[in-house]
Amino acid sequence: MSTPLLKVEDLVVTIAGQPVLRDVSLSVAPGEVHGLVGESGAGKSTIGKAVLGLLPRSAKITHGFVMVDGVDLPGMAEARRRRLLAKEIALIPQDPMTALNPVKRIGVQMIAPLTRHLGLSRKEARARALAGLEEVAIHDAEAVLDRYPHELSGGMRQRVLIAMAFQTTPRLIIADEPTTALDVTVQRQILALIRDLQARHEAAVLFVTHDLGVVAKICDRVTVLHAGRVLEQGSCAQVIEHPQHPYTQALQAATPRFDRPADVLSPVPASLAASLWKDASEWDRRHPGGTL
Amino acid sequence: MGRTALLRRLLLVPPTLVGVAIVVFVLLRVVPGDPIAMMIPPGASTEDIDRLRAAYGLDQSIAVQMLAWFRDLATGHLGTSISLRQNVGSLILGRLPATLELVALATLIAIVLGTALALIGAFYRRRAGEWAVDGIIGIVVAIPDFLWGLIFILVFGVLYPVLPISGRLDPRLPVEFTTQFYLVEALVTGQLSVARVLLSHMLMPALALALPLSAIIARVLKASLAVAESADYAQMAKARGFSRRAVLLNEALPNAAIPTVTLTGVQFTFLVGGTVLIERIFSYEGIGNMAVDAVINRDLPLIQGIVLTFAVLFIAINLLIDILVTFLNPRLRRG
Amino acid sequence: MAEPATPAAPAPRRASHPIDARLVAGAVVIGALVLVALFAPLIAPHDPLEQDLLYSMLPPSWQAGGEPGYLFGTDSLGRDILSRLIYATRVALTVALIAALLAAAIGSLLGLLAGYFGGAVDQAVSRLIEVWMAFPPVLLAIVLAAVLGAGLSSVIVAIVVVDWTRFARVVRSETMVEREMEYVASARTLGLSGVFILWKEVLPNVAPLIITLVSVEMGIAIVVEAILSFVGLSISTDFPTWGGMIAEGRQVVYQTPWLLGLPIAAIVVAVLGFNLMGDGLRHALDPVHRR
Repeated sequence: MSTPLLKVEDLVVTIAGQPVLRDVSLSVAPGEVHGLVGESGAGKSTIGKAVLGLLPRSAKITHGFVMVDGVDLPGMAEARRRRLLAKEIALIPQDPMTALNPVKRIGVQMIAPLTRHLGLSRKEARARALAGLEEVAIHDAEAVLDRYPHELSGGMRQRVLIAMAFQTTPRLIIADEPTTALDVTVQRQILALIRDLQARHEAAVLFVTHDLGVVAKICDRVTVLHAGRVLEQGSCAQVIEHPQHPYTQALQAATPRFDRPADVLSPVPASLAASLWKDASEWDRRHPGGTL
Repeated sequence: MGRTALLRRLLLVPPTLVGVAIVVFVLLRVVPGDPIAMMIPPGASTEDIDRLRAAYGLDQSIAVQMLAWFRDLATGHLGTSISLRQNVGSLILGRLPATLELVALATLIAIVLGTALALIGAFYRRRAGEWAVDGIIGIVVAIPDFLWGLIFILVFGVLYPVLPISGRLDPRLPVEFTTQFYLVEALVTGQLSVARVLLSHMLMPALALALPLSAIIARVLKASLAVAESADYAQMAKARGFSRRAVLLNEALPNAAIPTVTLTGVQFTFLVGGTVLIERIFSYEGIGNMAVDAVINRDLPLIQGIVLTFAVLFIAINLLIDILVTFLNPRLRRG
Repeated sequence: MAEPATPAAPAPRRASHPIDARLVAGAVVIGALVLVALFAPLIAPHDPLEQDLLYSMLPPSWQAGGEPGYLFGTDSLGRDILSRLIYATRVALTVALIAALLAAAIGSLLGLLAGYFGGAVDQAVSRLIEVWMAFPPVLLAIVLAAVLGAGLSSVIVAIVVVDWTRFARVVRSETMVEREMEYVASARTLGLSGVFILWKEVLPNVAPLIITLVSVEMGIAIVVEAILSFVGLSISTDFPTWGGMIAEGRQVVYQTPWLLGLPIAAIVVAVLGFNLMGDGLRHALDPVHRR
């Protein structure tokens, strides 16, 4: 196996003293789509935030590494970390309604990173932005560049954000529940788009979601997270078709699928959830202050 | 603001102005001081006084006087000043440019100072820098322009005399102006040394007017910046490798400006109203200074004219602020 | 990105209620001023009206040429500045208290009625506020003081007439918020009259806001009194007021700068005191800020 692009090792993060990631390890190879699955509160977004340097002020990495290309990201000098974020890592956000600056035209927002970070001229940057919009199947790209965010639909905005994520040809993309806020019909187009662009640009994707069904469609490998702990990890086929951990099995059963009626869906059993939370607090007891 | 909302606001302007006119007119007719008595030479006969009183229409009932005044207003006549015996309209037009220049300079100072303070406070959030900014804002906002003006006179005019404390221009300076906008004219015609003299006279009064507003701008903008910086689009910019400084300036500031303009608009009219006293303190030849003289001389037509002028200014400012907010916020723009 | 929820989130910390430092500082300053005003005859070293032309324009006692008996020096008529400053607190605090309370009473009443009943009442009050807001407040106060003639009561009336809108505006919008609250609705279903609900239910909830505004308004009233004295429209110039002293000091600022500086300092201290107290009260009385 080639050297991983992103490697998270024994990561422990506390927020306001409470552990939210409890000894998490995972790795993403170049060009791989890696699903990060868990219910809300599992800590899956925290991993993305740690990579992007967006952890809240009250959060502390008390143990472990977040390494890109073998270099610890949080420990990196500010200027170098920003250069890495500017070119090599990109984010596709959860809520396209709030992720674009409401008072600036789409074109201005797309062009700024290209001129500032890649040193393109305004003309080159505009051409690159247009090409990017066409890549995400926006046909009146010229007109869209002159629009304000509120003049576009949610699906259109998410396309713009995807174009922005890919326009610096990054090697790693953090997709933080990119379809959760969208209509079901739009969701599928967006998933296909991300998969397509990822393959074309040979970018790796860390795909954060609560939806095993989405994982099945897009991912190569999967990590199942609960209460900040990794429960199961493996190739997509293996984890989806033959889940080993009872939690993954329960999650699987709770996921709507086309091949069975909705009424056979069953929530994760309360007893299972309770025992998992008990394990988590047991972990906290053994690691006071989140130190391993 | 949509077009209908703007229209609604415009429709409310005339009734407000009529209200102001009525209040000031009625208020002034119960003045105990007799303006005619103050202008007659000693030894004038009662007939002379009565004739003068009739000439100014002061022998009529209040209702008749008010109707006459409104009739004149409708034709653009503001009446004749009793103490200066000149047309009120041309008196005001002669002095208004000085006041407008002072207000413009003060506004500029308030915006620059307030924005700078807010950005510094926002940048050093939860650090010593923020406490320092908060402390400055707390003190500056509590002390009104009147006191700032006096403090400046004492400190920079008397104890460490670096700036002139009165007038608009050094009277010994041999310059002629074709307009009343001295500063604008000096700048346009390239007379920079004259502009410097004008500015040195305006600096202290403008700063006194600006300080309270700058503190309010700083307070509101700083809070709005904090909200905008935690918004998703600002976090996105950080994830794209932009520095905190760039995020604050390019992402947060354009958004934070919107609530700041909305919330500090009323305070801006206070700045304009503050010229009455500040011009008095610094013997600056604007309409505010003229207003105080008019009150002291019981010059009813002049007081009425000046109050109406201020009312028009205030209403115009409020409309301008609404339009500015529309300009800053693309979501409010239509068509 | 969604905030990761902390699972076993501890109950919100029940911190003690530390008394706001600003409230204490403000109360100390204002308390000291009140004591000075009450005991002026005991504290003042001289009669504030007593002239002694032999000792005119003395600098403060620590400066060259100062007299130990005149701590802050004397004015052009040889009156003791310290004693005049002390007696002037009486005028300042009297005006501040009465004017602020009257403005609060009138403004709050109109604001409550407009905010609660809405409709024609609200239209009338709102239009009135709009007309008032179109006046430069200082000019209006000066005109009023001229109309009413010199005297303490004219000054107070002028301040009340100018500043009632400060209370009316805030109380009106706050009342509109309160009116939509559950407790008002249930009082209505009980068939209680509007006036009763306003008095017993709404007013107590708006009161903290009014108290805060009163504190700030007292600072403003002191400044307005000084402004009117400065323009020569307050009470007679013989009796010491801070504004009157400022007006005298402004005229002879080059000869006796302390005559201008000392009353300014007195007003600044008073205004900062009232503002601190207002800020502290807002935090102490506002349930949202109370932590």
